[in-house]
Amino acid sequence: MGQIQLSKVSKRFGDVEVIPPLDLEIEDGEFVVFVGPSGCGKSTLLRLIAGLEDVSGGQVIIDGEDATAIPPAKRRLAMVFQSYALYPHMSVRKNIAFPLRMAKMDKAEIDRRVNGAAEVLNLADYLDRRPGQLSGGQRQRVAIGRAIVREPAAFLFDEPLSNLDAALRVGMRMEISELHKKLETTMIYVTHDQVEAMTMADKIVVLQAGVIEQVGSPLELYRTPRNTFVAGFIGSPKMNLMTGPEAAKHDAHTVGIRPEHVAISDEAGDWEGVVGVSEHLGSDTFFHVKCDAFPDPLTVRAGGDLELSYGAKVFLTPDPAHLHRFDEQGLRLG
Amino acid sequence: MATQHSRSAARLMLTPAVVLLLGWMLVPLTLTLFFSFKKYLPMRGDSLDRGLDWVGFANYTRFLSSSSFWPSVQTTLIMVGGVLLITVVLGVLLALLLDQPIWGQGVVRILVIAPFFVMPTVSALVWKNMLMDPVNGILAHLWRFFGAEPVSWLSDASLSSIILIVSWQWLPFATLILLTAVQSLDSEQLEAAEMDGAPVLKRFWHIVLPHLSRAITIVILIQTIFLLSIFAEIFVTTGGAFGTRTLTYLIFQRVIDSQNIGLGSAGGVYAIILANIVAIFLMRIVGKNLDA
Ligand SMILES: Nc1ncnc2c1ncn2[C@@H]1O[C@H](COP(=O)(O)OP(=O)(O)O)[C@@H](O)[C@H]1O
Ligand SMILES: [Mg+2]
Repeated sequence: MGQIQLSKVSKRFGDVEVIPPLDLEIEDGEFVVFVGPSGCGKSTLLRLIAGLEDVSGGQVIIDGEDATAIPPAKRRLAMVFQSYALYPHMSVRKNIAFPLRMAKMDKAEIDRRVNGAAEVLNLADYLDRRPGQLSGGQRQRVAIGRAIVREPAAFLFDEPLSNLDAALRVGMRMEISELHKKLETTMIYVTHDQVEAMTMADKIVVLQAGVIEQVGSPLELYRTPRNTFVAGFIGSPKMNLMTGPEAAKHDAHTVGIRPEHVAISDEAGDWEGVVGVSEHLGSDTFFHVKCDAFPDPLTVRAGGDLELSYGAKVFLTPDPAHLHRFDEQGLRLG
Repeated sequence: MATQHSRSAARLMLTPAVVLLLGWMLVPLTLTLFFSFKKYLPMRGDSLDRGLDWVGFANYTRFLSSSSFWPSVQTTLIMVGGVLLITVVLGVLLALLLDQPIWGQGVVRILVIAPFFVMPTVSALVWKNMLMDPVNGILAHLWRFFGAEPVSWLSDASLSSIILIVSWQWLPFATLILLTAVQSLDSEQLEAAEMDGAPVLKRFWHIVLPHLSRAITIVILIQTIFLLSIFAEIFVTTGGAFGTRTLTYLIFQRVIDSQNIGLGSAGGVYAIILANIVAIFLMRIVGKNLDA
């Protein structure tokens, strides 16, 4: 079981309120991702759940039991830190066995679990090495191994992939998702990378300045962002947001259209513009088009076959079915 | 970058320093060796001008067979070991304490470092006259206040008293080195251990202490070098009486009190050998921490 509920949880450091009171429910077995820009309080929220920080108000409820006053070791949660926090003077085997030794488990059971975890994580050949002799990806795996042997109620990950290179990150992302499917244990995963959030989450929690902007599945967030912040944060490249007369035409303060929902043509369309920088990814090409109607260039996604030279005149047509409308406060309309 | 050319250039430029250091060491060492094989009693009219008599290993056998030799080696080892034990244990505790966010941290840290700036002679005098004096010392007053008989520290518990004085002087050094090591410990490691179910004492034992092992090694090595040659504290307090005569002090007495330079020099050579034995011993036990 790993059902976690936050009720009016808040956190202040001195006079600064980093997290205003917030409510959140995490179901058993869910993969929840906290995503938001750097410094928005994701780590703090995770540490509140872990018990590494004391809440300034509210309750943390784990499996129906008020855990606010329970010390971190007794909350049955395992955490994987951004720096991995491996114990440098212990071998990989000792690192993974550490929580079990602390729990005074008997030796045979410890060996069984450590070998099991090493098997799952492809660490069997490295058990006698020190963390300093491993690559970044292997260290990451050791940190995960140390977490899974405890068979916790929930896993907490704090930006676990941010120290890895891009290729390794994609691989580890898959492995963690795979692990979640296999263990079916609740996982809370913190990241500032919306691609990680979109690809891994069952449920995404978008945070800004300690405030939950929206909670929902990846596609919900993509299709119906609750406000302009979520609209701009989720999706890559970013949604084009426009104010002024064009927005007024749609009875809104701001309208948004994703790059993939704009058609580009060299003959006719709603908005006339000039092609700026183009980014060729092979499968797709992103054109940055400067339109007279808007101060900022629009990003447009087109097929990889379309070739337009810098400075070429083009016409853009948004797909009205995918137009997002927002009011003065940035909240979604309709 | 270490091309043939830059390496020979480096050697050339290092030469003056190496020659100077070598001379600095070699001249006294050679002289000590030279005197240790000679009969040299200035009070009896021996002098370099008139030439000294070659006596072979007589000085060495005499120094070794003297009834004060082995006790002095023992005293040296007890003193060095005692000071090391006290400074390392208290140093670790103080470092952990000073790492806590406390009010007036800056001032407290300066106070802790202060004893290190007091000259050994001065601090030994202060301890002898202000604290440990059996009649007027603060400790004597304290003892009397509680109705106890004042202790004559420097005659009844002489070796322990000197160990206490020297530890007081070297504790700041140990604390300072260990404090920087404590501060460099990654706090996420401690948090990980906390979540792994390790209570405070286990975190100290499994995480903090291994992290400090390198700093402790450095403290032990450096202090040993200096502690083997403790002199002022003994000279000022007991003058080598009451079982506080270390090897260093014995050599001093042979050369200055007995005016037997040959015998003292032989003792000096033994001291060099002892220092090297201790050094090899330490390197074996703790030195492996340094190349991890
Ligand atoms: N121990 C602390 N003392 C004071 N301020 C802190 C502390 N920890 C975090 N903060 C502040 O709280 C805010 C949120 O930090 P954090 O949760 O680490 O952000 P994130 O993980 O989303 O990047 C930041 O503005 C940070 O400066
Ligand atoms: Mg963070």
